[in-house]
Amino acid sequence: MIALFQLFLGFFIANLLGYGGGPASIPLMYDQIVTHYKWLTNAEFSQMLALGNSLPGPISTNIAAYVGYQISGWWGVMIALFATIAPSATALILLLKILQKHRGSVVVKGMTLLVQPVIAIMMLALTWKMSSDSIHSIGPLQSIIIGIVALVTIVKFKIHPAFIIVAAFLYGGFVLPHLS
Amino acid sequence: MSSTYKDLIIAMGRVGILGFGGGPSVIPLFRYESVTRYHWVEDEEFGEILAIANALPGPIAPKMAAYLGYKEKGAIGAVISILAHILPTVIATVALLSIVHVLEFSKSFKDIIGAVMPVVAVMLGQMAYEFGAKAIKGLGIIVGIIVLVLSFIMLNVISIQPAIVIFLFLVYGAFHFKLRNKFLNERGK
Repeated sequence: MIALFQLFLGFFIANLLGYGGGPASIPLMYDQIVTHYKWLTNAEFSQMLALGNSLPGPISTNIAAYVGYQISGWWGVMIALFATIAPSATALILLLKILQKHRGSVVVKGMTLLVQPVIAIMMLALTWKMSSDSIHSIGPLQSIIIGIVALVTIVKFKIHPAFIIVAAFLYGGFVLPHLS
Repeated sequence: MSSTYKDLIIAMGRVGILGFGGGPSVIPLFRYESVTRYHWVEDEEFGEILAIANALPGPIAPKMAAYLGYKEKGAIGAVISILAHILPTVIATVALLSIVHVLEFSKSFKDIIGAVMPVVAVMLGQMAYEFGAKAIKGLGIIVGIIVLVLSFIMLNVISIQPAIVIFLFLVYGAFHFKLRNKFLNERGK
């Protein structure tokens, strides 16, 4: 019982203080998981992080699930996930409900409009980061080839990005290792 | 458009399974499913969801799944969307950590993640372009460009926390149309 409560508290605090999405809360999670509660050792944490980075899906929920499982099995998974997601998901739903209620007002219309340039710039920065990570990882030539194919198929032919991601996945798994 | 639990599970599951490369890489996938494919929300509302999800603490993707599920099917929809989004990789994480040698596993995955990155970059770039174009259309070309440059400076030059930048723009946005009308009226006199 105490273990479950501590799991809740640890993940609740790490995520409450982590602004800017999952990756931002990784150092805070480390603080709770390794330094404070000693649920994992430093080496175990880095292993978990390496795996979390290789798998799809949000990294903070993958971390929460793993630690929860280590401490208290599937109950631990549920509690750690709940503490990670529920508080801020509830807050998001409540805030957006308030906005929905006043959708017609010029106040909300202005807010909706002014959020768009910020998103454009945030996405631009992410594009830059993802491109340079990619060049770092598979080199400029492969990055550009895959990028152009993705651009043409997604933007021009409007193919569902799922297909392109799966295709890139297979290309990276079967073709790339033989080229280097 | 009315949708079913099955639609929610398929869409959110797909976003979860295909979201390689950490948190932000899934944003264009969310947009594709909820705006382009299922028409649950318009682009404007998607922008709001993203902005507020970013300004709140904690992981962004599960929150967005929760809201989209809630919007379509209430509280149960929210829970189902979150589960569909995270459960496949949660189970994979727990299972893999107990059986595989992680370092070797992540080494063989390096090329795969690397190959997916340019695709994600293209999707992020497309979103940047489309939201930039929307901002310029809504604000007019001069104000639009000023605001874009201003947010670039705030986010990337002086590196203010995104949550704070979003908050400041929301506050200004609340007064934007009032100020604009006042300005136009005075000029019209």
